[in-house]
Amino acid sequence: MPCGLFFSKYEKDDAIFKTVWLKCWMVILLLFLFTYPLYAQTVSEAVGMNTLNIFNLIFIYIVGAHGLNLLTGYTGQISLGHGAFMGVGAYTAGILANMGVPFWAALPAAGLMAAAVGMIFGIPSLRLKGLYLAIATMAAQFILIYAMRNWDSLTGGSSGLIVEPASLFGLEFSNDFNFYYLGLAFAIGATMYLKNLTRTRTGRAFVAVRDRYLAAEVIGVNLFKYRILSFGISSFMVGISGGLWAFYITIISDEHFTMWLSVQYLAMVIVGGLGYVLGSIFGVVFMVVLPELLRLPTEALSSVFPNISGIFASLRELVFGLVVILFLIFEPDGMAARWHTIRAYWKLWPFSY
Amino acid sequence: MQELMQLIVTGLVIGSVYALVAMGFALIYKSTSIINFAQGEFVLVGGYVCLWLYTDMHLPILVAFSISMVIAVLMGVLLERLILRPMIGEPIISVIMVTIALATVLKALVTILWSTQIKVFSPPIFSQKALEFGSVRVSEVYLWTVAFAFLFLAIFAAFFKFTRVGISMRAVANDQQVAQSMGISVKKVFAISWSIGALVSAVGGILVGNINGVNITLSDFGLKVFPAVILGGLDSIGGAIIGGLTIGILENIMGSYLDVYLGGGVKEIAPFIVLIVILMIKPYGLFGIKEIERV
Repeated sequence: MPCGLFFSKYEKDDAIFKTVWLKCWMVILLLFLFTYPLYAQTVSEAVGMNTLNIFNLIFIYIVGAHGLNLLTGYTGQISLGHGAFMGVGAYTAGILANMGVPFWAALPAAGLMAAAVGMIFGIPSLRLKGLYLAIATMAAQFILIYAMRNWDSLTGGSSGLIVEPASLFGLEFSNDFNFYYLGLAFAIGATMYLKNLTRTRTGRAFVAVRDRYLAAEVIGVNLFKYRILSFGISSFMVGISGGLWAFYITIISDEHFTMWLSVQYLAMVIVGGLGYVLGSIFGVVFMVVLPELLRLPTEALSSVFPNISGIFASLRELVFGLVVILFLIFEPDGMAARWHTIRAYWKLWPFSY
Repeated sequence: MQELMQLIVTGLVIGSVYALVAMGFALIYKSTSIINFAQGEFVLVGGYVCLWLYTDMHLPILVAFSISMVIAVLMGVLLERLILRPMIGEPIISVIMVTIALATVLKALVTILWSTQIKVFSPPIFSQKALEFGSVRVSEVYLWTVAFAFLFLAIFAAFFKFTRVGISMRAVANDQQVAQSMGISVKKVFAISWSIGALVSAVGGILVGNINGVNITLSDFGLKVFPAVILGGLDSIGGAIIGGLTIGILENIMGSYLDVYLGGGVKEIAPFIVLIVILMIKPYGLFGIKEIERV
């Protein structure tokens, strides 16, 4: 019995699914995801929440979180503006859809628009590093939100914009059940894209820029090109996520795309694990499910403390902040790193060497 | 002309509070290289604690003020010890994120304890009576605010220049290793920096609370501080003060003259537009240290 993974061919070492078991688990997971809506009703009633809705939100956020993970986890650029970039995508998709542009054209347009905006605000990234970039993107966040709120003729201002549900080939994605498969397809697509991107020349260049940008420049990686490219791809993905959001929620206002959303996105990729494809998935699931789980004890406590539901929003933020702080102090590499340690442990169990 | 003078004067008032908070921010950045996104929440906590002690507990203002100062200092020391010290050596993104999370926690705590409605100091500490200086009208409370802000700025300027602790703090800011080898406790300096950062922000919170009342938007001060310190240069305390005053005046003028064209609320984002412009033209600000790298 082998005590670890030993490959005799380079192709095997590069493979996405390195073992047969991994493939089996993946097939089981996909089967589960594809058949889930069939028994969603029963599960939702058992746990007392709309699980299809939760799954849809997870799918939408996964697309965006992969985008931010590419930028922050793989290229090492910090962005505090991804909430607003998602908003740009959502508004673009919404406005185009209301003008009669079909779904299959409006969604890529949302991504491209977000990418253009993201790249403009990413230009300072050549001259600015870490701290300064965080501040520059934060300023972008505020300016974009201001534009969304005050450009009444285009965005509907603070009253919001109502969007027609998406339809493709005569199928309308107007309810949770129909949207589920659309969201799932995009989440799987984004995951596959990111996983494969990180194995290409471009992906390796991103990692080189992150780890030692001076050395990367010396060996011929064009810093400006790859930083801007990373901003572009990242904002494209978050824009797509925004477009999906617009078609799912069907009413968009600037209130959803504030600094708080940017912070949540960052928290997702950090808690999940920066620089792991798996990390953004873990992070999104955790961050979406956490408030839902908090609801249960809050409701139970509401008989003891009658005004607890009034402070529920603050309570959620409190727990959110504490969770992020604890993760950063005790598990800075995130849930994905912990997952890898656990897996390595069981692979060799009970012999640790 | 008269309108412009009026705008400059009121801008100067709010700018002096920005300067105070920005000084705390720059101090923390200079000595610990941590960029503190929770600076605005220190303002918030300071304002609320003092208001609570004064209005709800009916303590005399001097006692309430002193207790708030003590609480701010304790908060600074505690946060440094429990949360920021374990982050030494972690990548920038983690450090930024931990201060953002800290901001979320502090804000949520304040909301849970005191709810979000606007509260005012009652009875008012300073009178709101307007004084006339030629053609410019200034409310008395504004003058007190400027006076107190400059008093604290002067106290800390003297503190850094003349006291032993202040000099050791400058030494640590300059070069941590050398400072440590000269027998300065870097850990102690970190704790002092955080407590001073929290203290001046709390003073800022109390001063603004006297003008507009206290509510959850006080934490926005922490965000307005970024344009101020970027303008002054991130690691310059003097620059932060000048930056704070400038941003206060600029936002007032831009807000008043551009609202007509851009549809209201320009005041809220004017500082950030200035920030982007500075970052494009002169990223290290007026007095910041240039880091030059060539490949």
